[in-house]
Amino acid sequence: MKNEYNIIIIGGGPAGMAAAIGAKEAGEEDILILERDGVLGGILNQCIHNGFGLHTFNEELTGPEYAERYADKVKAMGIPYELDTMVLDVTALSDGKKAVSVISSKRGAVTLTAKAVILAMGCRERPRGALNIPGFRPQGVYTAGTAQKLVNLEGAKVGKEVVILGSGDIGLIMARRMTLEGAHVAAVAELMPYSSGLKRNIVQCLDDYGIPLLLSHTVVDIKGKEKLEGVYIARVDEKNQPIEGTEEYYPCDTLLLSCGLIPENELSSGAGVSIDPRTNGAYVNESLETNVEGVFSCGNVLHVHDLVDFVSEESTRAGANAARYVREGKAAKGREVSVTVGNGVRYTVPSRISLGALDDMTHIRFRVTGVFKNVSIVIKSGENEILRRKSRILVPSEMLDIILKREKLEGLSEDINVFIEEVQQ
Amino acid sequence: MTKELICINCPMGCALTAEVENGEVISVSGNTCPRGETYAKTELTAPVRVVTTTIISDTGKPVPVKTKAPIPKDKIFEVVSEIKAHTVILPVGMGDTVLENAADTGVDIISARSVSVE
Repeated sequence: MKNEYNIIIIGGGPAGMAAAIGAKEAGEEDILILERDGVLGGILNQCIHNGFGLHTFNEELTGPEYAERYADKVKAMGIPYELDTMVLDVTALSDGKKAVSVISSKRGAVTLTAKAVILAMGCRERPRGALNIPGFRPQGVYTAGTAQKLVNLEGAKVGKEVVILGSGDIGLIMARRMTLEGAHVAAVAELMPYSSGLKRNIVQCLDDYGIPLLLSHTVVDIKGKEKLEGVYIARVDEKNQPIEGTEEYYPCDTLLLSCGLIPENELSSGAGVSIDPRTNGAYVNESLETNVEGVFSCGNVLHVHDLVDFVSEESTRAGANAARYVREGKAAKGREVSVTVGNGVRYTVPSRISLGALDDMTHIRFRVTGVFKNVSIVIKSGENEILRRKSRILVPSEMLDIILKREKLEGLSEDINVFIEEVQQ
Repeated sequence: MTKELICINCPMGCALTAEVENGEVISVSGNTCPRGETYAKTELTAPVRVVTTTIISDTGKPVPVKTKAPIPKDKIFEVVSEIKAHTVILPVGMGDTVLENAADTGVDIISARSVSVE
């Protein structure tokens, strides 16, 4: 078994598989995917609902179908992958190569080296410990994704009377899933005055089954010592503080938490990759390369996406860019400008653009800070307006993707600013 | 009869109001674009859904399945309980039919994943 590779990809989910395909299509032959689970596909395997692939395949697929199509392609292209393999550490070496320490039953504990590494580890759920809900730690409190895995992959019965905290898409999907498995979902409580989930999930997962969505509500107490007995849900004020006297008791045996996703960047940080506190993912340039030369990041480990199709597209680019890096070495990057955020924009990916190494198209992906109606998305470099696009509505739950042609960016001298211009009605 | 619903075509989520008479939608208001009208018409006259769930296999492992085409919304629970009453014999390939004409909808249930015996 060889120990040296041109590109090592960490993670065999949708990001890792698309990155591998992107690198291979760009002419790179020497690739290895490392996956800690026993199968390729990552979290898609437990996402048995449909709605995946509208952009990529022009049809609606379930998660396992989307994953299997990519896994089949990886296999058909002859890209090597190793399953049940845990990556323990990534280190940039003085000669520019990267050391990747792995452990698996096949290899034992070994250190591999690669010219380029693509980080594609995905994200994990925000756990109860991060939510500061008082009460005991009874059995019956799960993150929505854990319950999804137990029900869909293990065939387990998770509970009969359910309350869900957080109206992210996984929470909404699990409300329907638990209902179809014979449970009763009493309510979905959402702290914010709007849901962070997609509209169609609210209609097709909650409204279809008469499940109430309680906006501006949160769980303030968890009852039960050994086994969950119920939760108190209260209304919150404009500062998201619970309003005294509004508490209502919901007896339940299951509480599912769908309160946000966090990119899983321990390996990245260990490798010296700088993390953007706004995304909890790496700072990257236009080729999705981190501050550590030859280390690329893509998919949900870079920033949490709402559609897997966008993960695949982004990761294919990361793969192609890593292949180019292996082939050509450090690119002459030319002048670098920062991408800064203005009114209404929470973050952008990339956060900097090297003007000397531009592709034909440069993607700027971002999310807005709140709900905006009848506004314009504006991108400026100094006084030079690069883009102005009207939009009827922008919401934080939808990632926005602006594609700029090379000629729009070439020759810029000042930092790029992305902001939302609100029009006086 | 007046029916209210939320359009799901885009994040606007327009609150639609439709006038329904004898099972036909005669007017839609509240929509910002024509897609809202189309949505209200299908949703109020013949709402359909693709249903996904799992079927148990002979090894005890669940296999993800889906309806090959959308089924009437009011048949969801019937279809799911028929799927749950059946067992699939492994191995099964992605796209294989695991149950024909579920709950007399005329729609087959197909596997959404290749699962081997191991």
